[in-house]
Amino acid sequence: MNEKIEQLRKNIKEALSVKLTREEFKKLREQYLSTKAGEIPNLMKEMRNVPKEDRPQFGKIINEFKNWAEQEFAEVDAAIKKEELAKANESETVDITMPARKNETGSLHPTTIVKQEIIKIFAGLGFDVFEGPEIETDYYNFTALNVPSDHPARAEQDTFYITENILLRTQTSPGQIRTMEAVKPPIKVLSPGRVFRSDYDATHSPMFHQMEGLVVDKNISVCDLYGMLDLFAKEMFSSEAKTRLRPSYFPFTEPSVEVDVTCCECGGSGCRLCKGTGWIEVLGGGIVNRKVLENCGIDPEEYSGLAFGIGIDRITMLKYGINNIHILFENDIRTLRQFKQQNIG
Amino acid sequence: MLLPLSWLNDYVDVSDISIEELETKLFASGFEVEETKYLGKDLEKVVVGKIKKITKHEDSDHLQICIVDCGEKYGSDIQIVTGAQNVFEGALVPAALDGSTLPGGVKIKKGKLRGVESNGMLCSGEELGINNNWYEGAEVYGILILNDDAPIGEDIAKVVGLDDYILDISITANRPDCQSILGMAREVAAIFNRPLKAPDMTFSPVDSANDDEITVEVSAFDLCPRYIGHYVKDVKIETSPLWMRKRLALVGINAINNIVDITNFILMELGQPMHAFDLSTLDGKGIRVRRAKKGEKIITLDEKEFELCENNLVICDLKKPVALAGIMGGLNSEIKETTTDVLFESAKFARDSIRKTSRSLGQTSDSSAKFCKGVDEYTTECAQNRALNLIEKLGCGTVSGTRITCAEKELSPKTIKTTFAKINRVLGIEVEPDTITDILRRLDFNVNVEGENITVSAPLYREDVEGYEDLAEEVIRIYGYNHIVAQHLKFAEITNGGLTEKQQFELKTKNALKMQGAYETINFSFYSQKDLDMLHIPQDAPERKAIRIDNPISENYSIMATTLAPIMLNTIVKNYRNGNSEGRFFEIANVFLAKEFPLSELPHERKTISIGAFGDDEDFFTFKGIAEGIADEFNLTFSYQRGEKPFLHPGITADILCEGEIIGYIGQLSHEISEEMSLGKKVFIGEIDYEKLSSFYKSSMKYKPISQFNDIVRDFAFVCDEKVTCGEIEDSIRKSCKYVTSIKLFDIFRGKQIGEGKKSMAFNVVISPEEKSFSEKEIEKFTSKILKDLEFKLGVSLR
Repeated sequence: MNEKIEQLRKNIKEALSVKLTREEFKKLREQYLSTKAGEIPNLMKEMRNVPKEDRPQFGKIINEFKNWAEQEFAEVDAAIKKEELAKANESETVDITMPARKNETGSLHPTTIVKQEIIKIFAGLGFDVFEGPEIETDYYNFTALNVPSDHPARAEQDTFYITENILLRTQTSPGQIRTMEAVKPPIKVLSPGRVFRSDYDATHSPMFHQMEGLVVDKNISVCDLYGMLDLFAKEMFSSEAKTRLRPSYFPFTEPSVEVDVTCCECGGSGCRLCKGTGWIEVLGGGIVNRKVLENCGIDPEEYSGLAFGIGIDRITMLKYGINNIHILFENDIRTLRQFKQQNIG
Repeated sequence: MLLPLSWLNDYVDVSDISIEELETKLFASGFEVEETKYLGKDLEKVVVGKIKKITKHEDSDHLQICIVDCGEKYGSDIQIVTGAQNVFEGALVPAALDGSTLPGGVKIKKGKLRGVESNGMLCSGEELGINNNWYEGAEVYGILILNDDAPIGEDIAKVVGLDDYILDISITANRPDCQSILGMAREVAAIFNRPLKAPDMTFSPVDSANDDEITVEVSAFDLCPRYIGHYVKDVKIETSPLWMRKRLALVGINAINNIVDITNFILMELGQPMHAFDLSTLDGKGIRVRRAKKGEKIITLDEKEFELCENNLVICDLKKPVALAGIMGGLNSEIKETTTDVLFESAKFARDSIRKTSRSLGQTSDSSAKFCKGVDEYTTECAQNRALNLIEKLGCGTVSGTRITCAEKELSPKTIKTTFAKINRVLGIEVEPDTITDILRRLDFNVNVEGENITVSAPLYREDVEGYEDLAEEVIRIYGYNHIVAQHLKFAEITNGGLTEKQQFELKTKNALKMQGAYETINFSFYSQKDLDMLHIPQDAPERKAIRIDNPISENYSIMATTLAPIMLNTIVKNYRNGNSEGRFFEIANVFLAKEFPLSELPHERKTISIGAFGDDEDFFTFKGIAEGIADEFNLTFSYQRGEKPFLHPGITADILCEGEIIGYIGQLSHEISEEMSLGKKVFIGEIDYEKLSSFYKSSMKYKPISQFNDIVRDFAFVCDEKVTCGEIEDSIRKSCKYVTSIKLFDIFRGKQIGEGKKSMAFNVVISPEEKSFSEKEIEKFTSKILKDLEFKLGVSLR
């Protein structure tokens, strides 16, 4: 019996010492360890030929041998598995530089991105947003804003007229009037949108975008205007940005100012963008003209206001280094694609 | 407005102020200097030389060898060869030395002329870029012979008047009073706190008792609030003196004769356009200022004839128009060499009247440009006086005592009663009362202080000043905006800002479209009827009822958009032609729908979403995915039904419905248009009425507990006629069983096994129990109802 076991042990060792395929291994395992017909379980059947007193001893030997055999097969099994996985890993290896499969996302228009950025800055200061009509009456676009009928700005060469009294708004300032007619102070409102002027050349587009801002409350002064627009410039361009006011003229504000910001390209030392001055004109504003308040039924002795107008396209061009306004209306996908990562929220 | 420094210096001494400081201070007080030009910038190393000796060139019959003394700095024996014949020993001439430059980028270097060394060039007036208006004798043939007092070795620019700066200043529309040399001099005097030397306006009229009576009448004061005529006799038409011609040359005006030059000089000096009539040509020696009669005609100085109407203001004599008011004089009353009697006109014409006439006739002049900006009545009077003063100064006529002034109102200064506190409240800072008073007085305001109260009268030429806010502006622009301190709405109430829910929806919609791979575009809101032709929109279609711009830039931008489809197609076509092979786009913009024509009230501006796509990877269903992206974002269900558009493929067009209402369409561009536009890619276009769509948007939602029972999932393969749609089957299934929560088509098959004109469609259907789980029997009941209904309604059977 012992000889038989030793013989089997030798056979198993020999069989497992060569490199086996999974199938060959399976067959071998079947041959030796299959419960029904395996050679090792078959040893148990020979128990009956063993004297009774030797049976326990013999059983023990067979079990030990069986455990040994199982251990041997398990080791080989693990080795084969390892090799199989290695093969799989190799065959499954991909070129990780190949393109990803995904839905391409688009982008918002740069003007929209900047418009939302401006809104976000002023919303934080308590501003609402009001969008007025793009086709306006002469009254809202001019008269109520204290643009006298003989003012050069009303010249036909600047304004697109539809009828004598209906026109394409030339500015977002009518939003001031419509807001003041609808709500009582305190007022803080932005009025963004498309505006139209009959001017089409290298630096002018007949349609562009403005953002009107209006505050009406008590004791509003030039200092408030400066503080607000300085804050805006710092948020929009850089915390390092400086601003300055200088006198200007708009019929609907008095005093009127132009706001310059230190050049975003050179930081104020002078470059081509700022024509060597270190400053860039970004917006206009002022203290709301008393006649405008009166036109809206607001008592200028009790209330005062500040107003400003921002050229959204201009800010967009400054922010992204776009040197030609017409690029913003060309809508070439190669341009638009560059603004993917500019999110709004 | 052009401001020559030398001319400015006549009225306020700025000789010790650098040009940079002048620019900076002007800028800070509201006058942006757009450009500063130094007239002598092209002249370098060109100096006054004295010809000491002239010898003939041996090898030439016209060249002469000059030994020129250019002073200690440049050398006293410089040999220069010249071809000019007018030089003589002892003459003072402009010498361009070795290494010098002349206007037009000409560089002068020493060299040899027929073997003789020449260390430069002697110059003519033309070579220096000047004519007789700059320097007497500048137009002679040959070298410019300078006056005896020209200092040897001096920079030539200084000698011929080119050592001067011209500032081009931008003047805001509220300050027409600054559109003149004197106007700017007043500002400069105030800014630098220096005295103003106003031009002399005095004159000594002779007794006019024996003169013929001259009459002036104005019958349209609304268009001409002030008209002043003054008679000058014994006029001698001559060339103006050099000083006047030179002043005019500095601002780009050609001298003509003394009378015309005086009017032009005053236009520049005081900003008042004037006109001079030859009195002998005026019928009845009278002036009538009136509206033109319809059909009346006039030939202006430039020999153009105009037919007039009642909107045009004309200056007439007793019989005929003699000038187009404020724009140009008539040829019939023009100043000629023989003129001896002149009537000077100084008037204020309403700016919008001049603007409209000038525009409708297409006739402009320096005068009309000035009138359009605005002229004040005070200056009208000053100008007349100055003209007479200049007549006397030039000695070219006798000033009569005949002056006729027609004015609607007396001039009176505008007076403002206010307090220092009110002025400071506008500014937000405390400017000392003394400083306020001082600044206003420097600006020629009359100020009376009584404690805290002040009474201020504006100078008569300041028609823009109305209230204390204007005074605040005057104070701060001189005091300096750098004194303003940033402050953050110190006294204002807190308000809660931000976008409304509706406004946020629009952003969300844009973001949803972005997530579908679409790029946002922004296009002009106007296009042309041709763009609608491009889309085969029929002439009687509602889209053709577009609002027309009365004065468009061109026909291409003449009507307001009624549909965004042509804009989208143009975007795609442009991108395709620019070499892009694919792309998805969207735009949210208004279309403009008139309620009636002609427009009597504002039109309906309907916000619309426009979507478009082109490229090899696009088909109807990928494009439909863009619409579904919006539906997903707002948890809406869109359904689709076959639609029809003149520009879309008849078989690949769908109306989009939301809760049973049509809100838009999508489809593939028709083959016809695709070919007409030579598009090599499939193009898809759609529009959604954003107003309708957003009315379905809901922001609030409530959590619904998830079912405790498992979903039952069943796959069905149906066979049906080709014409039965997926949507119809989905609809029928949904109606048959209310527990169906999802239906998905996952396979479609056509083939012999199915039969001609038939197709097989496989659906995955999910039934979700709500209150209790379903038994096999119940499920069996649901499915058999679904199948029966399909069979009955659509002839669909199980495969």
